[in-house]
Amino acid sequence: MNDTVKKATRESYGEALASLGEKYDFLVLDADLAGATKTSTFKKAFPERHIDCGIAESNMTGIAAGIATTGKTVFISSFAMFAAGRNFEQVRNSIGYPHLNVKIGATHAGITVGEDGATHQCLEDIALMRTIPGMKVIVPADDIEAKACVEAAINYEGPVYMRFGRAAVPVIYDENYVFDMDKAVVVREGKDVTIAACGVCVASALEAAEMLAADGIDAEVINFHTIKPLDKDTLVASASKTGRVFTVEEHSVIGGLGGAVCEVLAEENPVKVTRIGVNDVFGQSGPAKDLMKFYGLDGEGVYKTIKENL
Amino acid sequence: MQKMDNINLQITATKVRKGIIEAVHSAGSGHPGGSLSAADMFTYLYFEEMNIDPADPRKEDRDRFVLSKGHNSPGLYSVLANRGYFPVEDLKTFRKLGSYLQGHPCMNETPGVDMSSGSLGQGISTAVGMALSGKISGKDYRVYTLLGDGEIQEGQVWEASMFAGARNLDNLVVIVDNNGLQIDGKVEDVCSVYPIDKKFEAFNFEVININGHDFGEIRAAFAKARETKGKPTAIIMKTTKGKDVSFMEDKAEWHGKAPNDEQYAIAIEELDKKIAELEAEG
Repeated sequence: MNDTVKKATRESYGEALASLGEKYDFLVLDADLAGATKTSTFKKAFPERHIDCGIAESNMTGIAAGIATTGKTVFISSFAMFAAGRNFEQVRNSIGYPHLNVKIGATHAGITVGEDGATHQCLEDIALMRTIPGMKVIVPADDIEAKACVEAAINYEGPVYMRFGRAAVPVIYDENYVFDMDKAVVVREGKDVTIAACGVCVASALEAAEMLAADGIDAEVINFHTIKPLDKDTLVASASKTGRVFTVEEHSVIGGLGGAVCEVLAEENPVKVTRIGVNDVFGQSGPAKDLMKFYGLDGEGVYKTIKENL
Repeated sequence: MQKMDNINLQITATKVRKGIIEAVHSAGSGHPGGSLSAADMFTYLYFEEMNIDPADPRKEDRDRFVLSKGHNSPGLYSVLANRGYFPVEDLKTFRKLGSYLQGHPCMNETPGVDMSSGSLGQGISTAVGMALSGKISGKDYRVYTLLGDGEIQEGQVWEASMFAGARNLDNLVVIVDNNGLQIDGKVEDVCSVYPIDKKFEAFNFEVININGHDFGEIRAAFAKARETKGKPTAIIMKTTKGKDVSFMEDKAEWHGKAPNDEQYAIAIEELDKKIAELEAEG
C-alpha cells in the first residue's frame, strides 16, 4: 500500500467512464450532480453521450431502463442516498425485475461524505441493493479497483450497483491488478484472525493488521470488493483457518458486508463474527477523517475493536 | 394509412373486452374497470396505429408501448392475444401460478410486452427513455404510453413529463385514460388532478382532448400527434370505466374486482349481443 498516493474512487469512476468511452458504446445519465459524481469527466470527452436529467433521480432511473430496453448500456449516477435510497423501488421494479443493462454509479456513499452530514451519508445502500435479485453489488477499495470494476460492469449483462466514495483513499493495488467480480482478494495472509473489509475500510484493515502484527497477532485481510455475489469459498476457507472473523465497512452494521458475511458463515461454518461499522445510528457532520476516527473505522479504531474482542 | 373501418375496430374492441372479462373471471381477480375503459385505445394502437409485427415481437424498429397503468394488464393481454401474439385461449391462465400472463406486465414473460410495469408513475419514465434512445440513434420508431387519471397523482409522472417536454420528444405520445375513478372513489374527490390538459400544456406538450370511445376522434388525435414536431403529444381521453358491461360502467368498485359466474355470463352475453349488432350494421 502506497500511503502517499490517494484518490477518491468517484474520481476513478469518472476517469474510467471517459477512458472506456472509446472502447465501449454506452450512455451516462446524471441528475444535476455531474461535477460531484465526476461523470463530468466523461461529459467532457463525450458530450453527446452524457444526459443530464435534472434533479429527478426516479425519472432518471426509469429513463435509463427505457433506454436499456432498446439495447444500449446505460450508467446512471447520483449520490448513494438518492441512487439507492430514494430510488430503491424504481431500481427494483424498473431495472431489477426486467433485469436491464443499467449500471448504477453511486458516489458519496458512507460517512466519508463528511461535512454534509447525516441526510447525505448513505449507510444503507449495500443492504438495499443486495436484496434485489440479479443485482451485482460492488464496493471498490481504491482507484485501480474502481476503474477495473467499471469495465467489469460493462461486460456483465444486467444491473450492477457500484459504490464510490467522496474522500481520497490510499491506492492499494498496482496496474497489474486483475479484478474478478466472483473472487475476493486476500490482500494480507494471516492465521490468527480474519478481517473482511470493503471500500475505504480495506485500507483501515491493512493498517490495523500492521498494528496487530506488532502485538504478535497475525491477521488475514480480505477485500470483499463484491458483496453480491459474495465469494463464499474464500470467506469460509479463511474463517476455517483463523476461527475468528471481523468485518469492517463504512455502512450500517445491519445488512451490509457484515450482514452478508454472517449469513454465509451461519450456514456454512459458524465462527464468531464481530461487525465493525456504523452501529445503527445516523451519521453527522465533520471532516471525513474525523468521522472515520469517531466511528472507529480508521486503522486505529479497527485495531482497538479487534484487540478488545479477540 | 387506414387499415380497418370504425365498425370493424368496434367489433375488435368488443372482442378485446370479452377477453378482459374471460381473463379476470378465470383468475378470480384483476382489474376490469380501467381495462374496459381503455379497450378502444388498446385496439386502435395495436390494430391501426403502431408499427408492430406479432411474428417478430422484438423487431428493432417497431413502435413501442408501455402500459404505465400496469394493473390494466387484462386489456393489454387481450389485445395482444387478439392481435396474434399468443392464443386467446391462454387469457384464461391470467394470474395463475406458472402463467406467462402475470398480474402486471412482465417484458421477459409475455410476447409483445415492451416493458415491465405496474408500479404507478414508473412506466412513463421508461417510455421517455425509449423515445430518447430513438432520437439519439436517429430511429424513427414512435413510443406510446397509457396512464390512468389516478396514476398522474404520482410525482414521477411530472418529472417524466417535464423531461419529455424539455427534450422536445415528438416521438412520444402520452395517453391519459380519464375515466374519472380510482380505487377510493372519484379522482376529483380523492385528490383532484384537474385540469389535466393545462398541466401537460405547461410541460410543453401538444394536448388533444378526445372521447376515448370514438374511433373517429382517436384516429384524428394520432394523425395530429404524428404531425406535431418539436414537442411530445398528450392525448387526454374521456372514457367510461367498465365500458360496455352494464353493471360495471362508471363504478369505482369494479376497479379491481372479478365478476362471479353469474355476472360473467351477463357480461359475455352483453358483449356477444353488441358484436352481433355491430356485425349486422357492418
